[in-house]
Amino acid sequence: MSAPAIETSGLVKTFGDNRAVDGVDLTVPHGTVYGLLGPNGAGKTTLVRVLATLLRPDGGQARVFGRDVVREADAVRSRVSLTGQYASVDEDLTGTENLVLLARLLGHGKRAARDRAAQLLEAFGLTDAAGRQVKKYSGGMRRRIDIAASILNTPDLLFLDEPTTGLDPRSRNQVWDIIRVVVAHGTTVLLTTQYLDEADRLAGRIAVIDHGKVIAEGTPGSLKASIGSGTVHVRLRDAAQRPEAERLLTTVLGTSVQAGTDPVALTARAGSADSERGAAEHASRALAALADAGILVDDFSLGQPSLDEVFLALTDRKPEAVA
Amino acid sequence: MSTTTTNEPATVYTPSADALGAVLAREARPPRAGAWSASLTFGWRAILKIKHVPEQLFDVTAFPIIMTLMFTYLFGGALAGSTREYLQFLLPGIMVTSVVMITMYTGVGLNTDIEKGVFDRFRTLPVWRPAALVGMIFGDVLRYVLAATTIMVVGLVLGFRPGGGVIGVLAGIGLLVVFSFAFSWIWTMFGLFLRSEKSVMGVSMLVLFPLTFLSNVFVDPGTMPGWLQGFVEVNPITHVVAAVRALMAGDWDTGETMWVLAASAVLLLVFGPLTMRLYNRKGAR
Ligand SMILES: Nc1ncnc2c1ncn2[C@@H]1O[C@H](COP(=O)(O)OP(=O)(O)OP(=O)(O)O)[C@@H](O)[C@H]1O
Ligand SMILES: [Mg+2]
Repeated sequence: MSAPAIETSGLVKTFGDNRAVDGVDLTVPHGTVYGLLGPNGAGKTTLVRVLATLLRPDGGQARVFGRDVVREADAVRSRVSLTGQYASVDEDLTGTENLVLLARLLGHGKRAARDRAAQLLEAFGLTDAAGRQVKKYSGGMRRRIDIAASILNTPDLLFLDEPTTGLDPRSRNQVWDIIRVVVAHGTTVLLTTQYLDEADRLAGRIAVIDHGKVIAEGTPGSLKASIGSGTVHVRLRDAAQRPEAERLLTTVLGTSVQAGTDPVALTARAGSADSERGAAEHASRALAALADAGILVDDFSLGQPSLDEVFLALTDRKPEAVA
Repeated sequence: MSTTTTNEPATVYTPSADALGAVLAREARPPRAGAWSASLTFGWRAILKIKHVPEQLFDVTAFPIIMTLMFTYLFGGALAGSTREYLQFLLPGIMVTSVVMITMYTGVGLNTDIEKGVFDRFRTLPVWRPAALVGMIFGDVLRYVLAATTIMVVGLVLGFRPGGGVIGVLAGIGLLVVFSFAFSWIWTMFGLFLRSEKSVMGVSMLVLFPLTFLSNVFVDPGTMPGWLQGFVEVNPITHVVAAVRALMAGDWDTGETMWVLAASAVLLLVFGPLTMRLYNRKGAR
């Protein structure tokens, strides 16, 4: 187990003259969640599809557990599993039928396939829905059957392409819990996401990609430290006090304060290249300063930088597709 | 909290580390599924899809019945003096026409199916690559058999009396199904090659109408102008009809039968690899 789970160098995939993946160098170590963070159209899905042997790269190299994804595609396929961004099971079939079908294709006998399907449905809380067509499942249940289908044979590397996009907070938490258990059992996970928050919670390392290029790479901590530590969001009781509050925050935080269209809201970066601890201290001082000045605050929060802010910091421009 | 979606079971699912851990235990993997077994499994998928959407059998039952009735009564009187007499000539031909026409649904079905995310999963499985398509056509073969049987039953009811008996009829249907299986690979190719379901339909019609009508299905080619006879003679459908007709009538025509088997082999050897090439290259989404 010496080769890294994934290793790419100068990987390129083009569609016409659109360079969807444009010279990507990545090294994903064993046994961790590796986060691939980027907005719509960044090239996440394309990169995953190349690594999962579905697309042929136009340039560069990609190896999975030391095996070339083009020349040794079959060897790669026997160790990886893909949960695509869109439904990756057959929506016309029931939960049981889907899992039995895939288990049979993976070489399980009839009986073993049925047993394996039942065991997985149970572990994913889908026993009650086992006999229902997947198209009648809720979003959360679909994602669970998608993931269940990916671990029929426990893979050494699991690709999860935006597994929580469109899920409610509870379903999202369930998926996160599942991912944690999967990794704890020795599977390496490549997770794509549009949410820094999600990458931060799950991933050991993150690569931020945009326009097919890796624009930053590192641990969540180092990444956040490099882009500033967070954002203070304030909602005032009285809109008339906003100019004064704005002035106070600017002094205490030492950063520029944005007064948006909402007449009672203010947003500011909590320090520039500070540690998280520094941000918390800044925020407390800011709140105290507002209280001392007699400014009534309805809501005060210190949030992580959003993907928007990450991009702003990394590229000095707005990502087009991120809200 | 527990009633946000109607489909969610009343008790909220909480992932259990123990239950998940148990399914994640790395047990010895079963040996890989063989090519044949994987194809049969994909065939089972096709049958499951028919089970869940039985309406799709409409085109393999209603369409052949209508074809048979329509042409028997439309041409019977004029061409052979009586519908019953014409039926003895027409039935094998109309069976070939209907089944060959139904093969186009293989392409249409594949064109929509392949766009679905589940094909990405199939393509990342360590199984024999063509299995997904072979299995799909196995499912279609079942539809061909059903259509042929339907027509035979209608024919028998209307007065078709094959001289070859049960054996002749079964041999005829068997040969037709073999040919249709091979012919289907043309449509899998178009199904992968063309962008939309509609264009697959369009191309299929364009090919199938001349092939089936400019043949010996409806009338004896001897009545046609010379240039048309030329086309009819090289038309594979003509040979299939001649072979099936002979088998059902009980006077086995080795030459035509061999011709059909050879044509099937050629179709499979040409369009099978072309299809697989497109299937492997298909970078959907
Ligand atoms: N099959 C294809 N043909 C042509 N262009 C494609 C194809 N697939 C992707 N692209 C283009 O490649 C670029 C990257 O797309 P990709 O789907 O990889 O992005 P993504 O990061 O996964 O986005 P999202 O968050 O929306 O899923 C986009 O500009 C997209 O339009
Ligand atoms: Mg994507």
